[in-house]
Amino acid sequence: MKRLSIQERLALNKFQVDHAESHIVLNKDFCRECSTKVCTFICPAGLYVWTGEEIAFDYAGCLECGACRVVCPKKALAWNYPRGSFGVIFRYG
Amino acid sequence: MSEERFDCIIVGAGPAGCTAAYELASRGLEVLIVERGPAPGSKNMMGGRLYSYALHQVIPDFWKEAPVERCVTKEELSFLTERGAVTVTLENEALREAPHHSFTVLRADFDAWLAGKAEEAGAMLATGIRVDDLLREGDRICGIRAGDDEIFGNVVIAADGVNSLLAQKAGLRGDILPAHVSVGVKELVALPPKTIEDRFGLDAQGGAARLFAGSCTRGVQGGGFLYTNKETISVGLVFSLHALAEAGVSVPEAVEDFKFHPALQPVLEGGEVLEYSAHLIPEGGLAMQPRLVAGGLLVVGDAAGFVINTGFMVRGMDLAISSGVAAAKAVLRARETGDYSTSGLKIYEEFLRQTRVFHDLTFYREAPGFSENPRLYTTYPELAVDLLTDLFTVKGRPPRRIKDLVRDHLRRRVSLWQLVRDAWKGARSI
Repeated sequence: MKRLSIQERLALNKFQVDHAESHIVLNKDFCRECSTKVCTFICPAGLYVWTGEEIAFDYAGCLECGACRVVCPKKALAWNYPRGSFGVIFRYG
Repeated sequence: MSEERFDCIIVGAGPAGCTAAYELASRGLEVLIVERGPAPGSKNMMGGRLYSYALHQVIPDFWKEAPVERCVTKEELSFLTERGAVTVTLENEALREAPHHSFTVLRADFDAWLAGKAEEAGAMLATGIRVDDLLREGDRICGIRAGDDEIFGNVVIAADGVNSLLAQKAGLRGDILPAHVSVGVKELVALPPKTIEDRFGLDAQGGAARLFAGSCTRGVQGGGFLYTNKETISVGLVFSLHALAEAGVSVPEAVEDFKFHPALQPVLEGGEVLEYSAHLIPEGGLAMQPRLVAGGLLVVGDAAGFVINTGFMVRGMDLAISSGVAAAKAVLRARETGDYSTSGLKIYEEFLRQTRVFHDLTFYREAPGFSENPRLYTTYPELAVDLLTDLFTVKGRPPRRIKDLVRDHLRRRVSLWQLVRDAWKGARSI
């Protein structure tokens, strides 16, 4: 058994990415002022990355758990589910 | 479609929503289930176990046709340090007897089956539709809006899961607090059935359920889980969001490390990961419960916070199913009286009191507070592993009485007063 990176694990999942619309929208000005940046370690998909200048975020691998929405101390996210049929499709769950 | 008015619109084709739909459609009501995933279950995930009594009451002997994985015949509870584990095992053939106590399940299969039962009973299922808002007539909710579509119904059941955006839009709850939810992360690992059976000491039908406390969450409130399915193993971690935010532990890394713990690595060796999933779990109990009723609206399942985690047992689907039954009864009653107002639907709470849902949530209301104790995740697992290691180790030194060993280990790690207090709190809350 070999260790899998988070990218390798996400690549195992089935996603129907909505290229037209992100279901999570970040106010990155808030993120810059955030001292904890909880999202960078709490997101199970590891989608929030602090580059040193801003939070880089990619909604494509989102598992739709909502953890980021609940923990964000700055309320910097406009969070919704992806539009109908889009997003992660659990084949097992 | 705008001409039509459903007796009931249910948002979310999970176990709560589908059970309510099944109950209502079976009695001839016009029911619409709206599901945002392309198929029922495609957005749903859990650790992996269904306690069967609740669904057995709705669909007797459901396991004969439902896609269940294995009947749990072996329960294990492990306390972990980084290199060691103390495990308590229960094996009892009685767990196998009908109604089979509990089953492991995979949600994509199971939820799709339950939604199919609701459809067979006459419910209409609409998939791939995200509900954006509720429609109102005066102070009453009278339907849903999805994109440009407006669909009307006498009553809406919000079965839209832990994040319940609908309960929020209806003003029944505020923001979810980090202290009230946990994040669960799971990997599904494929292994041949025979390998699973050999490694866990099972026969072809039996299954194992394991819960873990200790080093796997790196001292953070939460725990690990492992469930055996037919050809896969569900393995993962659960963290309290509040404690996790303070601890700064990386979730994706911790769950990968967990698979390589000496208590897990040998049983997972050679397995192929098929899926990586995550979900929030409402673990705040009664403290996080939203108001359950508004004019024209009922809240069920995870959306209502109906989950119990005692540390040795995690229940959600059974409570979801029972709440779906109670909601269906309330809708039937409101239909008789023609009163879908808040007071007309309030009877839902009375029906909930007649099920296990309220009773058990009230019984375990102190459990969330008890599980905040950090000693449960560090001190006590270390104490158990070290004490038993001493007990089972021969080092060529004079042996010692058990009472002396216990006294020494306790003294090193925790005051007697603290231990008594923790034990007392535990005994009172779980």
